[in-house]
Amino acid sequence: MEQETTTYKESTGRELLRRFKYNKSAVFGLIIILFMVFCAITADFIAPNDPYPSPPLLANKLKPGFWSDKGAPGMPLGSDGLGRCVLSRIIYGARVSLTAGFVAVAIAMFLGITLGVLSGYFGGWIDTIIMRIVDIMFAFPALLLAIVIVAVAGQGLEKAMIAIGIVYSPQMARIIRSSVLYIKEMEYIEVQKAIGSSHWRIIFRHILPNSVAPVIVYGTLMLASAILDCAALGFLGLGAQPPIPEWGAMLADSYSFIVSGAWWAATFPGIAILLSVLGLNLLGDGLRDILDPRLKQ
Amino acid sequence: MKRYIIKRLLMLIPVLLGASILVFSLIHLAPGDPARTIAGEHASAQTIEKVRIKYGLDKPLVTQYWIWLKQALRGDFGRSIVSNEYVSKEILSRFPNTVELTLFSMFIAIVVGVLAGIISASRQYSLLDYGFMGIALFGVSMPVFWLGIMLMMIFGVFLRWLPISGRIDIMIPFTKITGLYLLDSIITGNWEAFISSLRHLILPSLALGTIPMATIARITRSSMLEVLKQDFIRTERAKGLSERTVIYKHAVRNALIPVVTVIGLNFGLLLSGAILTETVFSWPGVGRYVVKAVQMRDYPAVQGCVLFFAFIFVVVNLITDIIYVYIDPRIKYQ
Repeated sequence: MEQETTTYKESTGRELLRRFKYNKSAVFGLIIILFMVFCAITADFIAPNDPYPSPPLLANKLKPGFWSDKGAPGMPLGSDGLGRCVLSRIIYGARVSLTAGFVAVAIAMFLGITLGVLSGYFGGWIDTIIMRIVDIMFAFPALLLAIVIVAVAGQGLEKAMIAIGIVYSPQMARIIRSSVLYIKEMEYIEVQKAIGSSHWRIIFRHILPNSVAPVIVYGTLMLASAILDCAALGFLGLGAQPPIPEWGAMLADSYSFIVSGAWWAATFPGIAILLSVLGLNLLGDGLRDILDPRLKQ
Repeated sequence: MKRYIIKRLLMLIPVLLGASILVFSLIHLAPGDPARTIAGEHASAQTIEKVRIKYGLDKPLVTQYWIWLKQALRGDFGRSIVSNEYVSKEILSRFPNTVELTLFSMFIAIVVGVLAGIISASRQYSLLDYGFMGIALFGVSMPVFWLGIMLMMIFGVFLRWLPISGRIDIMIPFTKITGLYLLDSIITGNWEAFISSLRHLILPSLALGTIPMATIARITRSSMLEVLKQDFIRTERAKGLSERTVIYKHAVRNALIPVVTVIGLNFGLLLSGAILTETVFSWPGVGRYVVKAVQMRDYPAVQGCVLFFAFIFVVVNLITDIIYVYIDPRIKYQ
């Protein structure tokens, strides 16, 4: 019996890996994300310059990069309005933006899974109350709701992460709820109830492990939007504050310079956002096809 | 159908009430004394007391909410702390700008997105298909504010083809009627103003329309592919109808049903996107107004805008659902 289960597990693991390898877009997405994570982790070693030089090197202000002979030495992507190396700030920005996205999604998952399980498993008035709150939160466009929370809590990167986490939690709650409702009706849950397992045991040992697929798929896609929305708040001046090298805030700092022809400082941070979001979207779509063909549109 | 609509309308009431409680709580959830928040950080104790009485902040919370709600239902959100104008007046004067921007973006998104989707599906796995879908993939991942900056840079600064901010060339005489510049210039027959406002509209709408355009293209393609597999399409081809008739007359009609929902869902994204696009292009709409209000901690203005946006958002979603049920008789409405 024991042996059979292990072989089965192994073969599903292998099967998933095989399916993943054949999903070109998922692999491509994963490569992009691993590259971003690599930059974030090794920023201290791979960044050519200090992202926060003090005092600012104003003499190096808005120098172009490798494509021009007038470029600042050692700054391949040029410098920004305060003479800081754009490439180094983007590399450090990977750390800021990825962390912000992860924290936001972690908050959304914690709140969403808790609410979704309570509402789906227990049903009744708990379900009604939670779902009404979720309905109300869905009455606002997500970014607007995040802006509102920031308006109350104050500006800053931490608050932006929390705001985005809260705003995304209803979505997660609905996904988990529907997954719980589906699993709850399965026979083996009936068996667990019959042998007298406690609610918590059923939830943690049987329902949650079986909801992992949608959590991974939507968590990945949510991470893409979280990074995007965090950058948007940074761009509006409501998220990360200078001098933090956050990609959205970097765009806000430098987009007024495009009029004078200094295009690089506003172009490259945006490409970094685009690539991360693209990578996560590809990975998320791929994981959806692999883990749960039922979710495929 | 009628019962469904009425039921959905009734369901709006608790949602909007909940939203209003959330919006009302804003000023009370903010750290510190709301009277001080409104009066400003450096106000004297006397001024703060005056504000407290003027805004009714000395009354119990429930009474305050009730008074605020009654006023909000009449469209009165109080006066802006910054400009001392009525918030509702400020919102309404900016709203046509946001409407014109979002509608024009949606128009571009639908026309280009649907066409690209149909062409991609009818030539599946062709170079054109890969090209369109590749662009669409980038489109859905695009930070709208960055796209706006790039369009501004390429077409406004380097090529100098289009203006990068504002609504219309200020040198052109223009009479406002509805506040929708394109419409107003058509009504008054002012073609110079029409061309100028159209030129000002193009870049922001392209920036704002790209994400829905990409989503619409992808959904149209997959929905078309689904429809093209069905029996009635095979029958039509067997009857010897031309490919053009099969695709454009019969397949498209069925394929567009899910597209309608996506268009509706994208209006929410469009409202969020408008906040960013308006900021990039200094577009004088409600989105830019709400960002400024948050930055200035102008709470009555924030409350008014947020409730206004929520109302529009909920109504658009309702309309989408109703249209969906209306055009697809297979959907059952209980």
